Amino acid sequence: MSEAAQKCTPLYDEHVRLGAKIILFGGWLMPVQYTSIVEEHHAVRKNVGIFDISHMGQLIAEGSGARAWLNFMLTNNVDKLQIRQGQYTFLLNEHGGIIDDLIVYRIDDEKFLLVVNASRTGEDFDWLKKHLPGHVELENRSADFGGVAIQGPRIRQLCHALFGKDVDLPTRNHIVDLPFEGTNVSVARTGYTGEDGVEVFFRAKDATKFWNAALEQGTPMGIKSCGLGARDTLRLEMCYPLNGSDLSPERNPIEAGLGFFVDLTKPNFIGRDMLLRTKERGPREKLVPFRMKEKGPPPRPHYAVFENSERIGEVTSGTISPSLNWGVGMAYVSAPHAKIGAQIDIEIRGQKFPATIEKKPLYRK
Amino acid sequence: MNVPEDLLYTETHEWIKREGENIRVGITDHAQSELTDVVYVELPKMDRQANAKEAIAVVESVKAASDIYAPVKGTIVEINKALEADPGLINREPYGQGWIFVLKIDNADDLKQLKDAEAYRKQIGVND
Repeated sequence: MSEAAQKCTPLYDEHVRLGAKIILFGGWLMPVQYTSIVEEHHAVRKNVGIFDISHMGQLIAEGSGARAWLNFMLTNNVDKLQIRQGQYTFLLNEHGGIIDDLIVYRIDDEKFLLVVNASRTGEDFDWLKKHLPGHVELENRSADFGGVAIQGPRIRQLCHALFGKDVDLPTRNHIVDLPFEGTNVSVARTGYTGEDGVEVFFRAKDATKFWNAALEQGTPMGIKSCGLGARDTLRLEMCYPLNGSDLSPERNPIEAGLGFFVDLTKPNFIGRDMLLRTKERGPREKLVPFRMKEKGPPPRPHYAVFENSERIGEVTSGTISPSLNWGVGMAYVSAPHAKIGAQIDIEIRGQKFPATIEKKPLYRK
Repeated sequence: MNVPEDLLYTETHEWIKREGENIRVGITDHAQSELTDVVYVELPKMDRQANAKEAIAVVESVKAASDIYAPVKGTIVEINKALEADPGLINREPYGQGWIFVLKIDNADDLKQLKDAEAYRKQIGVND
């Protein structure tokens, strides 16, 4: 990829200053780790960790009819949202394939904020724009905002240190504006780690100020700056899907086991017909979590999955879980084999290693 | 980054310590730091013969699997079983308890092809 295609978040200099290893992720130069993926992972499970999520996209849809239009574009039902509440949802193509998974927040009656995956922001925006009715305005505000996820059991303590003792944090999946050092930041009680936590969005120019304040105030709580490596192991233990690995335009939410975030009672939305058909016939393949039976090499994306000698699918995510110190992953396997407790084999460098299909999540506190 | 003066090195980040007609092999401090937390090591089989630059072991971190190559032609005479229980030794003591295998070399002249500390430092962009 050319130099010009590499984008930096407003926190890039801070990552370099902290000695992070930088990788290219969805066109962005992002920290994969600062000290150790395993240490950063444990910081989030035991104390608190902070991640740069400025690469994620922010789209704002506003205007009379915005609500009805988003209910046509997205799978979940935005009518269920109170003002300042968010929900996990999908943007599908006509075949029911997943363009993106995202969180939509209702900011006002007819105003919505969509927080989307970094690598899909442009594609999402173009797709939405293509279907935009005249009375709704859609803006891509991604460049204006920076963001961090602060996650871990000590999040309350840290938020009180940052925003004041009397401040009420939003409840789960809600978003509020809070004053911070002469500016306003948006604080959502959401995350991608399985821990209690918040995602905070601010003006790009305030990014460094907020990041350093959080690290400073978090020091007594054992805060660690965390990279994409820990973000991936944390989400995988919870079986949260990663777009581009577990989700793609060739997969639909039913196959991915995420039908909960699809409201088929809505009369019409893009991809609905295909999802209904998948639901009626049953999906051909299903995404399942699995756990290795023996200590051994980590399962990884694209490894083949077998039952007896029959090839039944392919791994889409895999790692050694730092919390369990054990190999875990997720794989698409043909539906008749997708049974909790089923014994499967993962082929690693020509050798088969036994594993068991598990229930979500792979890790529980 | 630690690059001990008394070792030899490969372009693929193995270090080599001469022990008579054998060489002890591991991965460098730079390599372990790039790989990050090592979670699994697939050791070579005992008595296996290997050609120079042949992949004979695998070191896996949380992020990725990386091949480890035989620096020169020879036969595996010792493997570090301790890595099976504690692969993190590679991160903690890359030049000590984190060694991976011992190779009996076919021809001592082959070692002349390897890099000295100065050349390896230059390769990884470290000055002293």
